[in-house]
Amino acid sequence: MNLLAGFLICAGVFFLFMGAVGLIRFPDFYTRMHAAGKCDTLGSLLVLTGLACHEGLALSSVKLLIIAVFIFFTSPTATHAIARAAHKNQVPHWTIGEGK
Amino acid sequence: MTSAFFLSASLAILLAVLLSLYRVVVGPSIIDRIIGVNVIGTKTIAVIVLTGYLFERVEFFIDIAFLYALINFIGTLVLSKYFEQKGVESPRVTL
Repeated sequence: MNLLAGFLICAGVFFLFMGAVGLIRFPDFYTRMHAAGKCDTLGSLLVLTGLACHEGLALSSVKLLIIAVFIFFTSPTATHAIARAAHKNQVPHWTIGEGK
Repeated sequence: MTSAFFLSASLAILLAVLLSLYRVVVGPSIIDRIIGVNVIGTKTIAVIVLTGYLFERVEFFIDIAFLYALINFIGTLVLSKYFEQKGVESPRVTL
């Protein structure tokens, strides 16, 4: 296993974990979406790219990169759809001084 | 060495899945639960590919992961469209 793959996978696991922590800790729906949408996209992208680096030049690494590109397009789209549903239904947002 | 690394990485991601499951169970409104399920699905794709490396059958598990990514995307889109029209109840209580 080369060093680059290990570094990419570690960074991806870190981002996935931080996304989950943000999903728990943030006070309202929109801030939770901020944590979940971006950290999840970047984390799974890094993990899949690291696994493709580990695989080397093969069909499996091409498939892994295809999955990474697919996630790169679909995860923000899904996040946008959920945020649009919340915004249309006027989900209240957190304001300063409200407490957690 | 390599398989121990993959095992620890997938265990860390599974811990993150447990943390997201808290939001799915507790989440004050339905839309918090939807985003929790979406996050769990995205993490599961990485876990499936890592599991493929643990079993040394990567080619099959990559196809399963791609299918799971498709299902996760379509399911989240359908749920958000449905609740966009039906309405989202959102109590002010947060945990």
